Amino acid sequence: MTAVAVGANTTLTGTRGLLRLFVRRDRIVLPLWMLLLSVPLSTVYVASIESVSPTAADRAQLAATIMSSSAQRALYGNVYNDSIGAVGLWKAGLFHLLIGVAVILTVIRHTRAEEETGRAELLDSTAVGRYAGLTAALLLAFGASVATGLIGIACLLTTDAEPSGSVAFGLALAGSGLVFSSVAAVAAQLSTNARTARGIAFAVLGAAFALRAVGDASSGTLSWLSPLGWSLQVRPYAGDRWPVLLLHLCTTAALTTVAYLLLRRRDLGAGLIADRPGPATASPALSGPFGLAWRLHRGSLLAWTIGLCLYGGLVGNVVYGMGNQWGDNPTIREIINRLGGSTAIENSFLAIAFSILAVTAAAQGVSAALRLHQEEAAQRGEAVLTTAVGRIRWAASHLVLAITGSAVAILAAGVVAGLAYGVAAGAVATKLGTVMALAAIQLPAIWMLPAITVALFGLMPRFATVAWAVLIGFVALYLLGSIAGFPHWLLDLVPFTHTQRIPGEPFRLAPVAWLLLIDAALIAVALAAFRRRDLR
Amino acid sequence: MTAVIEVSDLHKHFGRVRALDGLDLTVNEGEIHGFLGPNGSGKTTTIRVLLGVLRATSGHAGLLGRDPWRDAVALHREIAYVPGDVTLWPSLTGGEIIDLLARMRGGIDEGRRAELIERFDFDPKKKARTYSKGNRQKVSLISALSSRARLLLLDEPSSGLDPLMERVFRECVIEARDRGVTVLLSSHILSEMEVLCEKVTIIRAGKTVESGTLESMRHLSRTSIKAELAGPPPDLSRIAGVEDVTVEGNTVYAQVDAGSLGELIRVLGDTGVRTLVSQPPTLEELFLRHYRVAA
Repeated sequence: MTAVAVGANTTLTGTRGLLRLFVRRDRIVLPLWMLLLSVPLSTVYVASIESVSPTAADRAQLAATIMSSSAQRALYGNVYNDSIGAVGLWKAGLFHLLIGVAVILTVIRHTRAEEETGRAELLDSTAVGRYAGLTAALLLAFGASVATGLIGIACLLTTDAEPSGSVAFGLALAGSGLVFSSVAAVAAQLSTNARTARGIAFAVLGAAFALRAVGDASSGTLSWLSPLGWSLQVRPYAGDRWPVLLLHLCTTAALTTVAYLLLRRRDLGAGLIADRPGPATASPALSGPFGLAWRLHRGSLLAWTIGLCLYGGLVGNVVYGMGNQWGDNPTIREIINRLGGSTAIENSFLAIAFSILAVTAAAQGVSAALRLHQEEAAQRGEAVLTTAVGRIRWAASHLVLAITGSAVAILAAGVVAGLAYGVAAGAVATKLGTVMALAAIQLPAIWMLPAITVALFGLMPRFATVAWAVLIGFVALYLLGSIAGFPHWLLDLVPFTHTQRIPGEPFRLAPVAWLLLIDAALIAVALAAFRRRDLR
Repeated sequence: MTAVIEVSDLHKHFGRVRALDGLDLTVNEGEIHGFLGPNGSGKTTTIRVLLGVLRATSGHAGLLGRDPWRDAVALHREIAYVPGDVTLWPSLTGGEIIDLLARMRGGIDEGRRAELIERFDFDPKKKARTYSKGNRQKVSLISALSSRARLLLLDEPSSGLDPLMERVFRECVIEARDRGVTVLLSSHILSEMEVLCEKVTIIRAGKTVESGTLESMRHLSRTSIKAELAGPPPDLSRIAGVEDVTVEGNTVYAQVDAGSLGELIRVLGDTGVRTLVSQPPTLEELFLRHYRVAA
């Protein structure tokens, strides 16, 4: 082999080949999310508003109802006028969050996850430049984001919604994708394992959502600290504030630069944080599968718990007095009174906030339960199972942490939210009790996700990671199902729809018992299947 | 002598692939048994069946008189396993993993652990993610060798070790045997096997093609002879069992079956022998012979 020149050209060598490989690996998932995040804009959202609220008066009424509900505004954002586009695409504000999830998974999958398994090293030792992997991954994610936005625009232009607003919405959607692609690119450089990198990127996304939610539910200032807030502040169909898109572009450029600078400074496979020497012998705590599982899970458990607590704190801070913000507007006052007064508004806001926390805790449960799958795939599971540790004990060691970990995280968030709410309301004991009960009642639905994950792991080990798709499917159905007019039995499949919104509605035992029964059955089936099958 | 491993007519199918296709293997107590075969011949699959990680499709596999699938947990207290490609928990140190694995197996000999760390020149304080392949292998070896196991299952255990460490490894295996531990050693390093193993089982495509002591296998095979004679060599090819005869002046080279060796020496003796070099077949020749026949 002749000497290879080291320079700007060679560092990108092989980018095109890698990009082709990535596209091939993603040939099903990538087009799927691109279409799911664009086509429904016209076929579902605008179409449904045209049939449900055909006149401007209908839409004005709907917009006023929405704006009077802090919970709705926190979840989906504000409605800025009564046009078809603004009201019709109001719920599609969540698409900015969903495209963030999609690009984060895409970028981490092709960068840090590759590097961690050593496949990237295999590629890099062939004729592939240093920056080729990151560049190809970013090109893929950027390209998919822009394409999603353009398809969305094309679809929206076929509707009666105002064209310039449609272009603004599509570009903002693409902008959200760009920003979180670059967030993921930075996260991928920070940690040595894909799980933590994904965690960092999702933490940023979660923080962005929390800031936007709290901002939009209150004065709006906090929304400007969040890229998801910017996307809504473009205000499509209500002024089309194009300059806001510059925030997306500048942030993307800045974060991408940071990612390349970090990549240049580190070795392949290494993270930013250097390893220090550790103990030469194992402590007594590290003597069995449960001690091992605790060591493996404790870091991410702490991170998830802190994340959920921060969100809980934000929620608890803003919830008190939510219904009194529009005290001087008689129309809204009347709507609020019809909804049950300020306390009822606070309760419904809390219920929505905790259903978001529940989804997050369920994601934590999936992530923790998938440890089993990862340990098995990396042959580390075999290392434990060829000692005197039985299969059930090993599986239980991780499953227990998935179950208790998600419970600890959401209950801790409940404590933080309850205290903040209680202090503001001057009734700590009552409010803490209310919020804790709300946190606790989420658990049976949360646990179904780790239960589904282990069931997949036991029965179809090759498809264990489909658990993520199940969670995303549940969330999509849960959030978007009501507007799309899905059949009721389909919505009933989503565990979160069976969580009761206490204290707004009376507590019934049956839904809780059924959910717990299904959780237990899934876990039992999973363990029985795992005991019978070959390890991989 | 009692058999520690008894495998007969073992089959393991993965879909339509027959990874094991009627394999036989017997390992007696206290011996170091070599397990030889090309890549993909089923060595690792056999060991994974013996570990209860895979369930046999059919046939018999017995370990210490028990069923490796049903009695896996109880058996694993008596067994230590070293895989060919060791993966470790990146955030734990080597020392922690050595202890953890040994404790989960049912105990560690602290004295031997310290001694092995010294002899393998191993730094137990580093995080596992920083170890090279050889060092990862050492973690698994030290943990296995310092356990109180009665049976060691070693699947290409010395891959990645440098020659110095390879020698330490051989010494340790022999010491284990001297303690009464039975060893099943799957390896590609034939010289290692010749030094360590009393008995060898050679497999191909999931079937046992030959099994026995190295001595008996050699007996079945040809010895190569180089003789420098006093005068022109006689015609050796008329002796049955002598082949590949080449003559260079007064020097003759030939391959001879064990049964014809006496006859050959007599014929050579008639001419007068100045020097005689006789080489038993190496394991490599045995090995290649089996696979050349197959190919």
